[in-house]
Amino acid sequence: MYNDKVLEIFANPKHIGIMEDASAEGIVGNASCGDIMKVFLKIENDVIVNASFQTFGCTAAIASTDTAMGMIIGKTLDEALAITNADVVEQLEGLPPQKIHCSVMAEEAVREAIANYRGAQKAE
Amino acid sequence: MKVYLDNAATTKLAPQVLEAMMPYLTDTFGNASSIHAYGRVAAGAVAEARATIAKLIGADSDEIFFTSGGTESDNWAIKGAAFAEKNKKGHIITTEIEHPALLQATKWLEGQGFSVSYAKINKDGFVSVEQIKQLIREDTFLISVMFANNEIGTIQPIAEIGKIASEQGILFHTDAVQAMSSIPIDVKAMNIDLLSMSAHKFNGPKGIGALYIKRGIKLDSLVVGGHQERSRRGGTTNTAGIVGMAKALEIACANMEANNAKILGLRDYFIDRVLAEIPYTFLNGSRENRLPFNANISFDYIEGESILMSLDLAGIAVSSGSACSSGALEPSHVILALQVPIEQAHGSIRFTLGHDTTKEEMDYTIEKLKECVEKLRAWSPLFNVQSGKGYYV
Repeated sequence: MYNDKVLEIFANPKHIGIMEDASAEGIVGNASCGDIMKVFLKIENDVIVNASFQTFGCTAAIASTDTAMGMIIGKTLDEALAITNADVVEQLEGLPPQKIHCSVMAEEAVREAIANYRGAQKAE
Repeated sequence: MKVYLDNAATTKLAPQVLEAMMPYLTDTFGNASSIHAYGRVAAGAVAEARATIAKLIGADSDEIFFTSGGTESDNWAIKGAAFAEKNKKGHIITTEIEHPALLQATKWLEGQGFSVSYAKINKDGFVSVEQIKQLIREDTFLISVMFANNEIGTIQPIAEIGKIASEQGILFHTDAVQAMSSIPIDVKAMNIDLLSMSAHKFNGPKGIGALYIKRGIKLDSLVVGGHQERSRRGGTTNTAGIVGMAKALEIACANMEANNAKILGLRDYFIDRVLAEIPYTFLNGSRENRLPFNANISFDYIEGESILMSLDLAGIAVSSGSACSSGALEPSHVILALQVPIEQAHGSIRFTLGHDTTKEEMDYTIEKLKECVEKLRAWSPLFNVQSGKGYYV
């Protein structure tokens, strides 16, 4: 089951909650599948200056997304896009095999948010 | 504070049960099949335990067969009955809310050419006797309906179904694993032909259970390899387990009425407070005709496994019907069978009380539950904290 690191992050996530002044949002998943991930990014000069998330999801989804948020803050959009769920799992020192897919949600939501941001930039 | 509210998963071994088992784990270690003195002492203890259990369910000693637990008993009952009829490849009736031990056995039999009908349950969690009757075909040889459900605790109309099966000459099996500690059972009066039980659900040891097989019923053996259990179930006799199981059932039956009343009071107090004090919550399954120790509540807009783990961090042990808690993709088949929308099924939590659960523990659980639901809703994209309202997309 979950290791202590995962439980510790789940107990005290640092990047969870709504962001009112986000530059972009990305939402993936649906409630019927049992997980929804919504990511908020604050972007300045192509750099992610803040990131947070909300989720309808399990322990693994919360711990892995919180970790992913910590990893992308301070990164350029391209650097953030290069971070994969495998990097997140490594940072967490592993997830139970049946929980690996939960860590993919973070990656997908970040990609979605960045795509939305770039789409909006292009439209302007 | 540590609070254990997962008594449907397993219960704590009663001290008197351990005491009864100890001699057979230490000095009196003989193999009950041996003919020497060591063996004879063990065999005597097993015979006594068998008689005790038989009497408590209205059976005779030679109708009780010890197994490794509920899963084996269910598998034996279903596969054993099917293969005793192997050339016919007939029809089985069961329900959609059975334990996986039963459902996977019937699925396997379907692969072997048997046909199986799965009776639906209503929104309250009960199977209808009328529906069972309608599902009966010319070639139906077995009906299997669980006595009480392990997730929502609803108690099925076993005596009525037993009567119909008996009138039609169809074998009737019931998985009574969850029911044994709360419901008095009389296999003869209820027309039960096969009944599965498991000791660790009523404060007995793990790894021991039994199948009641009505005298005269043909059942193929599942576990072969020895002459134990009158050559119907091989394997060295688990003397300590058997002695412990008998003692545990004896205690459970002797205290049943008092325990039920106490647990029911606490359970209802808990349900009332949770439903009144936490918005967007509801009870899964009927409140009537339900095991007194079971409460199963869905919390809207949040996911069950994260509720479970949040409570765990507060020292409270519960279980969840969410997909994530089992590693499956689908939430609990039982909660879905109640026609609860899938999103809400993901947010279901089962609280199962024990004999020693206290009001203080329930109060603590309610307080922690409020905190964690509030926290998780603030974290949920489906809930707006300002308006206090949620929505499913």
